[in-house]
Amino acid sequence: MNTGASNFVEGVDWVFKLLFGISAFFLIVITAMMIFFVIRYNRKRHPKAVQIKDNMALEITWITIPVIIVLFLFYYGFSAFQPMIWVPKDAMKVKVIGKMWQWSFEYPGNKVADTLVLPLNRPVKLDLVSVDVIHGFSIPAFRVKEDVVPGKNNYMWFTPQQTGNFEIFCTAYCGVRHSYMGTKVRVVTPRQYDQWLASVKVASEEPGGLQVLKKNACTGCHSLDGSKLVSASFKGLYGKTETVVTNGTERKVKVDDEYITTSIYEPDKDLVSGYSKGIMKSYKGIVKEDEAKMIIEYLKTLK
Amino acid sequence: MSENTHLHEEPSYLVDTGKRKGILAWLTTIDHKRIALLYLWSIMVFFIVGGILGETMRTELYKPGQQFYGPQTYNAIFTLHGLIMIFLIVIPGLTVVFGNFVMPIMIGANDVAFPRLNLFTWYLYILGAAIVVVSQFTGDGPPDTGWTFYAPYSTQTPLLPWAIYATAWIQILATPVIGITLLMIIAERTFHIGFFDPALGGDPVLYQHLFWIYSHPAVYIMILPAMGVITEIIPTFCQKQIYGYKAIAISSLAIAGVGYFVWGHHMFTSGMSKEAIWLFSILTFLVAVPSAIKVFNWVATMYKGSIDLKPPLLYAIAFIFLFMIGGFTGLVQGALATDIQVHDTAFIVAHFHYIIFGGVGFAFLGAIHYWYPKMFGRMYSNRIANIAWGFLFAGFNLLYFPQFIIGLEGMPRRYFDYLPQFTTAQQISTWGGYILAIGMIIMIVNLFRKKGEKATANPWGGKTLEWTLPSPPPMENFTTPPVVPEKPYNYD
Repeated sequence: MNTGASNFVEGVDWVFKLLFGISAFFLIVITAMMIFFVIRYNRKRHPKAVQIKDNMALEITWITIPVIIVLFLFYYGFSAFQPMIWVPKDAMKVKVIGKMWQWSFEYPGNKVADTLVLPLNRPVKLDLVSVDVIHGFSIPAFRVKEDVVPGKNNYMWFTPQQTGNFEIFCTAYCGVRHSYMGTKVRVVTPRQYDQWLASVKVASEEPGGLQVLKKNACTGCHSLDGSKLVSASFKGLYGKTETVVTNGTERKVKVDDEYITTSIYEPDKDLVSGYSKGIMKSYKGIVKEDEAKMIIEYLKTLK
Repeated sequence: MSENTHLHEEPSYLVDTGKRKGILAWLTTIDHKRIALLYLWSIMVFFIVGGILGETMRTELYKPGQQFYGPQTYNAIFTLHGLIMIFLIVIPGLTVVFGNFVMPIMIGANDVAFPRLNLFTWYLYILGAAIVVVSQFTGDGPPDTGWTFYAPYSTQTPLLPWAIYATAWIQILATPVIGITLLMIIAERTFHIGFFDPALGGDPVLYQHLFWIYSHPAVYIMILPAMGVITEIIPTFCQKQIYGYKAIAISSLAIAGVGYFVWGHHMFTSGMSKEAIWLFSILTFLVAVPSAIKVFNWVATMYKGSIDLKPPLLYAIAFIFLFMIGGFTGLVQGALATDIQVHDTAFIVAHFHYIIFGGVGFAFLGAIHYWYPKMFGRMYSNRIANIAWGFLFAGFNLLYFPQFIIGLEGMPRRYFDYLPQFTTAQQISTWGGYILAIGMIIMIVNLFRKKGEKATANPWGGKTLEWTLPSPPPMENFTTPPVVPEKPYNYD
């Protein structure tokens, strides 16, 4: 584990050590006692049990001790958690958008990236937004995690303290590609950060069709580079001949404007054979007709 | 305890005496012991199915990437594995099998208060199971088995009835919540009334609250009868009066009481009120105390006993060890700072299986080995039972312990695929899963090969009422109401 990768690591890990220390002590002592009793008071060696009356003082002792221990553990767990709630006023803000099954990060100035890049030693507040179902945003190396709940303004904050790449996972089960909904956080020096941010394209400079695809998380299942995700890649799709199943019978169709429009609004109607029904929902009323045309124009450029 | 007052010529409950014979006699029986066996067979079938599903998941996870089925199938399988294991086996399990078989005898009754209702619940259970299997991945769980409970008659009750009594209260009070939640989902889907869907103006976190208001107490529905079983096994094999009778009985009721108010600890990362968070954390820590009290009293019972390490006791000791690991790792989730790190990771998978399989599962296996002679009138091979226990214990720990470690490192749960750094631990888990399966097969073969010698009425020297009846007991348990002149667990 990367100790100290964020400002919370030290405090959280101390609670872990405390909990595991106390647990290991009791586990070993109690287990050793059981093994000792089984050997020492084995029926062969100890044919007649000695009946012992309940002892109130003993019962009270072993009720009181665990109560004190757990209250003490509660206190330390709470103290190390408390700073995670209060965001420093000077924290920079990044909006994290969770979509099935992709993360994107919106920086000030309408700049969008699919890797979270952050400057070293500067507090950052992440506003967590979901456009569909509940996701979980987790950076284990930083000891932070929060659910990304549609309709709720959840957030997290931390200060990155080490440069490098750290894993980001989706931790709330969200469907087929849940286990692939990961990316990285890259912590860089403030100078590198400024250079990087300057190089990020403003979202509105990207082709209109690509913006529509990203906005609706189409690229979570359909890759742009030819790799196979849940469904066919968009690369080289336009103009290709596909075998589809229409009402239970197979036929061949050429991927053209009409086929793409049908696929957006009635995905199960002409389903490419080998794929299952019901995985893609209809985008009727979500992707407007002019947006569908933009998608088609963009797909034509993806050779 | 008084000597067996029974007429020996009376046929056992396993022999058909009514008008109907064979399978029909079983399907229409209202005898609590036969109904217990109906449940036992059905649960065993479901357990084998659920276990095979689990083993296929372990095989799929042997290496990063896809091995033999895709993510859609994997997700469906872990859902079905959970549904079958939790709703069809663990929640009803101990109560319907051993609660049905032993409890009426323990309190000196000839049957449960409503025997026909008792049989009816088995049919409801099978119907619910059929719905789960048919609807496969759309069902939200079958109806909970709600057979009517009755309070223990006297203070001279053994401790298993106390545990089952506490469980009954949780079932009666918590189960309606899941029922109401299901109705709300139906209303939302059918009439588009927004309860949980933000698109309709609902709050998805509300669903989580309602789900856990039921499902957390449900965990106590699962574990309390298991604790009751352990409390029966230990005194018998130590030939010693249970230490802290009152403390154990009260701690069962305390768990049932406080257990209602800790559901929020499943939701520390959901963005719920920060004030509620600390309250749920402190209550979660407090609910750990009654469990600790039980462990201390069990171990104290072994002190200066006359210990006979027969298979049921081996399972009971394994239960205490595994349950302690499950309990201590539960504290990690009660503590706010550390819960954030382990929430929704493989750590939770490990913790949960240590409690449910290491706890409830091992108690169930202990209970089978304990009451087997009473249920079937035969003994099993102790040597083979011990070997099976060894495989199960080793396989279990190899299977689940590595999940704690990769969970701490951030490996999320419900993942079809994973990053290469988790491979070694995943492979150890998979091997552990296979060793566990071998143990299960050895155990089942040992129990059901029917070659053991005939069991006497009281092979283990137990002091509760069921051991005063012949093995197996006759259809109507007691011809004359039993007289119980002493406290239970009196080994003087």
